[in-house]
This record gives sequence, C-alpha cells and structure tokens, in this order.
Amino acid sequence: MKFAVIVFPGSNCDLDMYHAIKDELGEEAEYVWHDSTDLSQYDGILLPGGFSYGDYLRCGAIAQSSAVMDEVRKAAEAGKPVLGICNGFQILTEAGLLPGVLLRNKNLKFMCKTVGLKVENANTLFTNEYEVGQEIQIPIAHGEGNYYCDDETYEQLQKNNQIVFSYADDFNGSRNQIAGIINERGNVLGMMPHPERAVSELINGNDGLALFKSIVKQWREANVTHA
Amino acid sequence: MKKVKIYVTLRESVLDPQGSAVMGSLHKMGYAEVEDVRIGKYLELNIADDAEDVDALVNEMCQKLLTNTVIEDYRFEIEEAVSL
Repeated sequence: MKFAVIVFPGSNCDLDMYHAIKDELGEEAEYVWHDSTDLSQYDGILLPGGFSYGDYLRCGAIAQSSAVMDEVRKAAEAGKPVLGICNGFQILTEAGLLPGVLLRNKNLKFMCKTVGLKVENANTLFTNEYEVGQEIQIPIAHGEGNYYCDDETYEQLQKNNQIVFSYADDFNGSRNQIAGIINERGNVLGMMPHPERAVSELINGNDGLALFKSIVKQWREANVTHA
Repeated sequence: MKKVKIYVTLRESVLDPQGSAVMGSLHKMGYAEVEDVRIGKYLELNIADDAEDVDALVNEMCQKLLTNTVIEDYRFEIEEAVSL
C-alpha cells in the first residue's frame, strides 16, 4: 500500500509519519509537497502534525487553501483513507472534510504528554485492529486541541457513531472529551493525539501501530484478489 | 483605494479562555468592575479602486478564509483611503 505524506511549510511530524509507515509498518510512503496537483498514484493520504504556515490566521486555515487540498478532497470523495493528525486534523476541519473546529486548550497551555485514549468505535477502517472500549496510550502535543462543535453537529456525530477516540481524562476542554472523529462515510479520520509517535517499544510504546495496521488490513481485503 | 476594516470575534456561545485569563489578570490588578473580556482579531485590507461590489467581495473572503463561521462572527467597515 502506498501512502502520501503531505508536507506543508511548517509541518514537523512528517518524518515521524514517514518513519511509522516505512520502517515500522513496512509499507510504501512518499513525501508530497503542498503544491502537488496529483495524488492519484497513492492509496492513502496522511496529513501530518506541525504548524502549517505558522498557524497564522487560524491553525489549518491557510493550509486548507493550498493546491494539494483539492486533490485531498478528490481522494476523500473517491473513498481513499485520509488521516489527519494534530495540525492535520485542524486542516481537515478547516477544509470542511470533518465537522467542528479545534479551539485553544481551556487552560491556554501547550500540552505535551502521553494520555489514555478510549476507542469508541472499532468498526472503522482505521480502528479494526482495536477493541471497542479498549484504552490505549498515545502521546499528545498541542495548544489548540479543544474540539468544539454545536449541539446539532454533536447529535449527528453520536447518531452516526462518528466519535472514534475520546480522552480518558478531560484536560483540554474538548466537547465530551472527543479526541478523534470520522466523516459520515468513514474514510476520513482526524485526531489530535499522535499514533505515529507510538509505533515501537523503543519510543515508549506501540499502541499507535494498530491504527496503521488497520488501514492496510482493510485496503488489502478490498484490493488484493485471492487466488 | 478603499480601506476595509474587519473585526472578527468569537461567537457568544464559544468559550474564550484567552479573554477569561485577561479578565482574571484585570481583577487581580483591582479592576473589579470588569464583567467580561472577549478577545478578537482586527484585519485591514486595501482594495483597488476598480474593484466592483467590494461589500460582496469582502463577505466572500471572510467566509472562504478570513473567519471560521463555526466559531466566529465578523463585521466590517469600508472607507475611502485618504491619499497623502
């Protein structure tokens, strides 16, 4: 399976993402610059964390208007897996590919630590290697990870089982401790925690690896014909 | 040339932790009469004279990029820039 790691000016988790795919997962990955106008050769799209365009205006707002995002939209419409982590999640909400928005953490602090995440939905192409209710340990590193949406949107998220991960503890003010959501179709996931930083025991845990394994498993089942 | 002044504020329903922190500080300094602080953004655009329908243009830019209408409200004023 071939992944595109989209690189914006200011992305800084692109190397972690590439490492997770290439070295720990053993799949193909390529860096793709933000002005690229063709993602057709990739099977999965990854939007890494960082501070695209210095978070100017609002986090993710300027990246949202870059050329590659038209291609990301096309990939999402084609049903390809699109995963946005941290700043990638912020970009997906600004792009309208996921509902809601990420606000400043309620305590105004940039927070960097490993947190407990509860798997709320294990029936997605990103989480089929987890169990519902399972608690996993994944690092976070964000100043604006406070997920906000209006009541109507929240009801929709609940109704469609779009809340995929929630925090075990409330530390940033996110609505109902939401840590990650999926689009209605189920092929676009945005989350604030960094699974790509939890892919090996060497770096303090590998609970994030199953997320990437889930994507590949689903893709193989759909695309590899068995003799 | 026209000067456009855009004021972006968080919607009333959205918690403004930055504003709350500043209010806390004002209270500590003794300004007990301050009941609420909301922090927003101020943007200035210079628009060429030959642009048509500046009002519609600015609305469009606000909705496409300059604000996120999920959490923010905006208003703007259009002024004739004073030439020196």
